[in-house]
Amino acid sequence: MSDPHRGTTAVIGTGITNRWDAPGFSAFDQLQEASILALEDAGLSLGDVDGLFCAMSVSGLPVLNVAEKLGLNIRHADGTMAGGSSFIFHMRSAMAALNAGLCDVALIAYGSNQRSAGGRLVPMPDPQPYEAPYKALYPISSYALAAQRHMHEFGTTRAQLAEIAVAARKWAQLNPAAFERDDLTVEDVLASRIVSDPLSKADCCLVTDGGGALVMTRADRARDHAAPAYLLGVGTAVSHRQIAAMPDLTTSCAVQSGREAYRMAGLGPGEVDHVMVYDAFTICTLMFLEDLGFCAKGEGGAFCASGAIAPGGSLPVNTNGGGLSCNHPGMYGIFTVIEAVEQLRGRCGARQVAGAEVALAHANGGVLSSQATAILGTAATI
Amino acid sequence: MITDSRFDGPGPDSRWQAALAEGRFLIQRCAPCGAAQFPPSLACRSCGAAAPAMVEASGRGTIYSTTTVRKRDGSHNVSIIDLAEGARMMSRVEGDPDRVRIGRPVAARIVTTEDGAPLVVFDIVGAAK
Ligand SMILES: [Zn+2]
Repeated sequence: MSDPHRGTTAVIGTGITNRWDAPGFSAFDQLQEASILALEDAGLSLGDVDGLFCAMSVSGLPVLNVAEKLGLNIRHADGTMAGGSSFIFHMRSAMAALNAGLCDVALIAYGSNQRSAGGRLVPMPDPQPYEAPYKALYPISSYALAAQRHMHEFGTTRAQLAEIAVAARKWAQLNPAAFERDDLTVEDVLASRIVSDPLSKADCCLVTDGGGALVMTRADRARDHAAPAYLLGVGTAVSHRQIAAMPDLTTSCAVQSGREAYRMAGLGPGEVDHVMVYDAFTICTLMFLEDLGFCAKGEGGAFCASGAIAPGGSLPVNTNGGGLSCNHPGMYGIFTVIEAVEQLRGRCGARQVAGAEVALAHANGGVLSSQATAILGTAATI
Repeated sequence: MITDSRFDGPGPDSRWQAALAEGRFLIQRCAPCGAAQFPPSLACRSCGAAAPAMVEASGRGTIYSTTTVRKRDGSHNVSIIDLAEGARMMSRVEGDPDRVRIGRPVAARIVTTEDGAPLVVFDIVGAAK
């Protein structure tokens, strides 16, 4: 029996600023531009928005600030902050709110000026007294510990991780909006400076500015809009905050968020045409592809190094170039969804996945801490 | 005051820090289910029971994962240690960072940091100092 939420809501507009290095443009400016673009894309205006969903790293009260700046009159809001995955948490929340009649037009929005503000994460107050004294680099050392354990258990290699960075760069070279488009080889990645073993600078995502936004509404209203991307399934999970509290460093709770998204969608990984996974570090792509069932646990290294995820491979992954090569403004999760929607709408130019009908967008928050998975489909999947 | 006596006194973080300052490394052991846990909490994360007891850790463990943080002014180790009791914690394994390997047995020791705070670190068992 199909889940009552399946396909009941849709993304009808996306906004992306493509301003990855924009001095003088604040995090709120990025968010506002993306919101305006997304509403224009949906054929709606700011006055139509009655549900607001946002999370930012520069503000503890983003809902209040954004509502004021955009002059919104909202009757429903959700400021859930689960790190970079927050926006897929918001999609699940928006789905429930739309179906309950708590709002009719949901705006999900994000903006950051992390690069032009000095390239550093501006962390919200969140002291970690049991880990901070050991001076791990945050967040890379946490991901390095996961990568090291994966190598120990499964024989994963740095060269396999390097192939992930190279595949992302090849996709970025097909995306005129990507920030890093220079040639990159496995040798370049392996020669890059080690920051926290086994991860080098080239295993890390970019640090950029940027803004992204989504407009969601119920499926009955979505039919009036151009090429809605229907939300077929969405799952969320949280397993820890600090990396030492992660139950198994080689398996994230993407297993749980993915299982819920697949169940709701009534689909499995074999029916997914296009995949976006949050690649804060190369190890993330590998681990999430395993956890979401695109290859077996422990085989992610060989799978990614086979060319499967690069342009021309069997599974198009991170076709915008990912956080590794397209953009990474602090909390990247919303951009996985935007690219998934644009692929389903057939608007991706040279990197378009031919005939994509089902897309999976997966995002991570914290240090492999929160995981959220959305499965979207064209009208043909309803 | 109408309060629940199970939660009287300083909270688990304060009690853990106070014990550490006295040279004692504590973890929690839940009486109902037997699970060990770290960091301390007001709840057992295994069974949900309230206010698990603080107990002395044996200090024995093995390295579950490890990384070397490489900075211009030097390198240092960060590891995750599987404690013999079953809990897990972040720490530092002392000695040459390049010799730290997953699976090595380690033993805890309390050192004093540059800013004068006590800190639990580990030595590889059997390694030359
Ligand atoms: Zn218990």
